[in-house]
Amino acid sequence: MPQRRGSFGNFGGRFVPETLVAPLLELEQAYLEAREDASFQEELENYLHDYAGRPTALYEARRLSRELGGATVFLKREDLCHTGSHKINNTLGQCLLARRMGKRRVIAETGAGQHGVATATAAALLGLECEVYMGEVDMERQALNVFRMELLGARVVPVRSGSRTLKDAVNEALRDWVATADYTHYCLGSVVGPHPFPSLVRDLQSVIGREAREQHLRRTGRLPDCLVACVGGGSNSIGLFHPFLDTTVRMVGVEAGGTGEGPGEHGSTLCLGSVGVLHGARSFLLQDEDGQVLETHSISAGLDYPGVGPEHAYLKERGRVQYTRVSDGEALAAVDLLCRTEGILPALESAHAVALAASLAREMGPGSSLVVCLSGRGDKDVSTLMAAKRGGSAVHDEGLRP
Amino acid sequence: MNRIDEMFRGSDGKAVLIGFTTAGFPDGESSLRLAQGLLAHCDALELGIPFSDPVLDGPVIQESSLRALRAGFRPRDVFPLAQRLRELSDKPLLLMTYYNPVHRLGHAPFAAAAAAAGIDGVLIPDLPPEEMGDWKEVASQHGLHTVLFASMTTPPERLRYLGEMTGGFLYCFAVKGTTGLRDSLSRDLAPFLKRVRSCCSVPLAAGLGVSNPEQCREVAGMADGVVVGSALVKSALDAIAAGLDPAPAAAELAAELKRSLQRT
Repeated sequence: MPQRRGSFGNFGGRFVPETLVAPLLELEQAYLEAREDASFQEELENYLHDYAGRPTALYEARRLSRELGGATVFLKREDLCHTGSHKINNTLGQCLLARRMGKRRVIAETGAGQHGVATATAAALLGLECEVYMGEVDMERQALNVFRMELLGARVVPVRSGSRTLKDAVNEALRDWVATADYTHYCLGSVVGPHPFPSLVRDLQSVIGREAREQHLRRTGRLPDCLVACVGGGSNSIGLFHPFLDTTVRMVGVEAGGTGEGPGEHGSTLCLGSVGVLHGARSFLLQDEDGQVLETHSISAGLDYPGVGPEHAYLKERGRVQYTRVSDGEALAAVDLLCRTEGILPALESAHAVALAASLAREMGPGSSLVVCLSGRGDKDVSTLMAAKRGGSAVHDEGLRP
Repeated sequence: MNRIDEMFRGSDGKAVLIGFTTAGFPDGESSLRLAQGLLAHCDALELGIPFSDPVLDGPVIQESSLRALRAGFRPRDVFPLAQRLRELSDKPLLLMTYYNPVHRLGHAPFAAAAAAAGIDGVLIPDLPPEEMGDWKEVASQHGLHTVLFASMTTPPERLRYLGEMTGGFLYCFAVKGTTGLRDSLSRDLAPFLKRVRSCCSVPLAAGLGVSNPEQCREVAGMADGVVVGSALVKSALDAIAAGLDPAPAAAELAAELKRSLQRT
């Protein structure tokens, strides 16, 4: 048998217990077949169009652009997708794949709850059993999404191990899958995990970038100058970036800067981490000198993760994509900015991208254009925002960078 | 010759008992006594390196791992622990570790430290052979066996490959799932071990979910070794919860398990 290293240069791979090797090969095979199967693709496209509401708009944010006084900012409106974020692009594809493989049950991990809701939704649509693992801490801060998942017929399983956030939810989902892969598909929510997940999820999310590229071209007659997206595991950013990799368009991924640069204060895996192996792949990782995985912090549950997709590690290493960080406070300021100028309440995750886009737009100057992936809407974050605004939280609006 | 090979060669057709405990559990000093007590009755001992994200472990070993980490135990502390056990016993010692701590320290430094401490074999459950890079080679240069795993989901062709690649023995997962106690053995275990036997000529040890003397005896009829982990760690945890010394409690269970194998 061939000796294989990662799928993305030195990153990626399949670092899993032997029990999962066969299910991952089965998944890879099923996916390769489905990708070539016109009827599968047609069914997926129909659901994306009629059910999820694609294509999503590429919206020119005129008041925002005017206020910033620089580049024209376009928002790729994934927040307008059914269930409120880009996550549905992936779960529709994976749940269709699960059905095709004859699996009657899907499991998922969730941080902010967006992927959990999107999985529960696709499972309801396709008549699959659904269980969602969610850290206890996240269940508290995203109570609304917990209730939504339950309404959709899913069972939400509280995860009480470790830091009780997204990383531990992935651990628990993997433990479930090791025992149940015969009849269960693990609907992984980001471009992380063992091969083929990073490629599978990327392909399903690339619809974001394909649409954006065509829309921008049609609108302006050229490609944008810059793309900006937030990076937790990295699915909305890879989805936007990937169809532009054959161009010279500048791309910037924005990580959770949290409250500082110390261990446990942020989720800046690519900016501040080192190479390691977690959740089945070799990538960047926030770890201590012994290789123990560090706790993370972000005001947005979806970016509160110590790992990152291996393809991002590869793009960073090649210098193709630039990665930077935005603090909790800057993200809060960006929520305000977008609400006031455009009447759009972004998810706290997406607000990280908006915050960076604001400072980039000023630098870039008029005549240039910038596409921001607005990966989700902010309704789920209202209680976090209230706590921050009314002083119930240690985090305050820090204003945007000059 | 590697002590693991000697153990299987000298076992006289009887299944050997391989115990497991988490290194550094419940704390550095007690961990040595706990391991020593187990080693007195088991034929070999696996020391688990505590890791922050033990995805293949159920609640019992997760708990022991967490306690060891909270007590300040670091992966590199396993080497002096093994060294002290080696001074007390000539039985095979193995390290069970997730891959990231090995990756972090580096293959060569890890293998060198393990060999110097008197370790005979290393088990890395989240490192399938395709991802090993130079690990197996480096380990074997230091005289260490790299023990591979087989699962009920593994097809025959791959079983043959794993049988050729493994060192010392092939660790056969007795359940599909994580470590932990089970009420009964899987009905699929016997056909699985038969399948592995027909594909591989190395000694086979079965573990995961083997919890009591009856189950040990049953497995002993089908494999060359039985691995018991969670049950031993749980007896230690139970003793601690009752305000008792965990070392003799775990040793007593190990003795009972060993007796059950001698009667087969």
